[in-house]
Amino acid sequence: MSAPTARVGVGPVGPGPASGPRVPTTRRQGRPWRLGDAVVPLFAALAFLYLLVPIAYTVAFSFNDAGRSNLVWRGFTLANWANPCGAPQVCEALGNSLKVGVIATVVSTALGTLIALALVRYRFRGRALANLLVFLPMSTPEVVLGAALLAQFLSLRVNPGFGTVVAAHVMFCISFVVVTVKARVASLDPRLEEAAADLYSSPWQAFWRVTFPLLVPGILAAALLAFSLSFDDFIITNFNSGSFTTFPKFVYVSATRGIPPQANVIGSAMFALALLLVVSVQLVSVARRRRR
Amino acid sequence: MSIVAALGHGPGNGPAPAPVRRARGGAYLLLAPGLAYLGLFFVVPVVALLATSLYVPVPGGDVGQFQPAFEWANYTRALATYWPQMVRSFAYALIATLAALVIAYPMAYVIAVRARGRVFLQGMLLVLVIAPFFTSFILRTVAWKQILADESFVVAAMRAVSLLPPDGRLTATSFAVVAGLTYNFLPFMTLPIYASLERLDPRLVEAGADLYANGPTTFWRVTLPLSMPGVVSGTLLTFIPASGDYVNSVLLGNNTTTMIGQVVDSRFFKVSDYPTAAALSVVLMVAILLLVTAYVRRSGTEELL
Repeated sequence: MSAPTARVGVGPVGPGPASGPRVPTTRRQGRPWRLGDAVVPLFAALAFLYLLVPIAYTVAFSFNDAGRSNLVWRGFTLANWANPCGAPQVCEALGNSLKVGVIATVVSTALGTLIALALVRYRFRGRALANLLVFLPMSTPEVVLGAALLAQFLSLRVNPGFGTVVAAHVMFCISFVVVTVKARVASLDPRLEEAAADLYSSPWQAFWRVTFPLLVPGILAAALLAFSLSFDDFIITNFNSGSFTTFPKFVYVSATRGIPPQANVIGSAMFALALLLVVSVQLVSVARRRRR
Repeated sequence: MSIVAALGHGPGNGPAPAPVRRARGGAYLLLAPGLAYLGLFFVVPVVALLATSLYVPVPGGDVGQFQPAFEWANYTRALATYWPQMVRSFAYALIATLAALVIAYPMAYVIAVRARGRVFLQGMLLVLVIAPFFTSFILRTVAWKQILADESFVVAAMRAVSLLPPDGRLTATSFAVVAGLTYNFLPFMTLPIYASLERLDPRLVEAGADLYANGPTTFWRVTLPLSMPGVVSGTLLTFIPASGDYVNSVLLGNNTTTMIGQVVDSRFFKVSDYPTAAALSVVLMVAILLLVTAYVRRSGTEELL
């Protein structure tokens, strides 16, 4: 499952070639070589480079013997990796982000999955309105969502902190969960559930024994997506966190006086973990396809 | 239908239409918790935002004390003062969106069309596209700040070959802000375009060639039109967040590159001027909804909304 393809709702099936008709090649035999054949891949290679340069920079500077500010390269060291909590507040912020991320993921995945099921499986009055309510938070800039929530919390005299951050994260994750799970529900073959009914299962049994297991990959993709959205959110968090600090907020706040190299260590470690996860899923799915 | 659902395996793409159940009670039961949540933490806050945008200061009260009113002048005052930042936000977002489209399309094309059939290569290229999601976006923006810093070798190299004047700089310019926006939303542009190119039937492209169209003509007349749903989704997924962003303009810009998000943030937190901040947020939200609706209508992909 790839969180990232799912992030824009491309679908829970992962990065493998999905539904496209598979005709092996577009280059026809004997066609003369054209300039475009080389220019387009070259341009794409440059674009990939552009995409990866800041990541390489972040990883490299996690090994910097930085001293107080991590701006200039001062020499290679493993000290930052040996002591990732060495800078004040880094690990506290990371812990807060993980806590918020897990709670927001569980709640938004549950609520969003139910909405997705209702939207695909039922025709009912108010369906267009429900769709609109799911769509609107996604098409509203974060700064507006953050300001609106803060206006509400201010008028209710709620002190911003951990609770308000979780409430906000659940809200903006729900829509993305709905979109991701909806795609999966829509791609299910209804004949499977009919077959279960033919075999005398009750609708309840058919759902839990047939439909739900088929939905699990989509739900997991949605959960991964929700977690990554929550973990990386800055703007909405900044509006509704008061003195509560998450990892992105910590990085942003310390950007003015120099980010400790430990923040790069944590960023790089998260990168390595996610990369490992996605690449291994990728390898497994390639191996499985070969076996068939 | 949402923008995003349309680009994946949206309804209609599955093996057969899902069974449509007539019993309505079930649907409402499934919807109730989630929609109630969105009502409480999206609809009510937006109403609170509207209300706040019309507040007036409590007479003789402290800074940050307001009372309910219908002060529509808050809007005219806010816009009269901050229209440059509003216009700048949309301009930056537009340029960044176009730049991202130009950069993302070849990437998506190479992954979806050139690497077609090579499962492993395709998977790895996709992983590279989504790799930025795995590092905090603030960390990546800070990395750009340092890569483009005055003492960095990029600036030194550009000065050496006279791409920059000797005292020219890259940070704290509008160029850096737009480049940062382009960079941060590039995967959001690439993935939807990839998804629609992936579904493109290569036989259509071959048909174009059989009808004596040359490469560019086939691209403009066949490939590009068929990938329009991805282009529309990608541009929306880039433009909407970019127009409200302020991380890039704070970290990579200076006080002449201020975007509207930054104004909203500082009105709220630095001077406790809640009505102005709320009014500007409302204007931003309404403007984006109007733009998005008009754009989606014009591009003829109305099933997106």
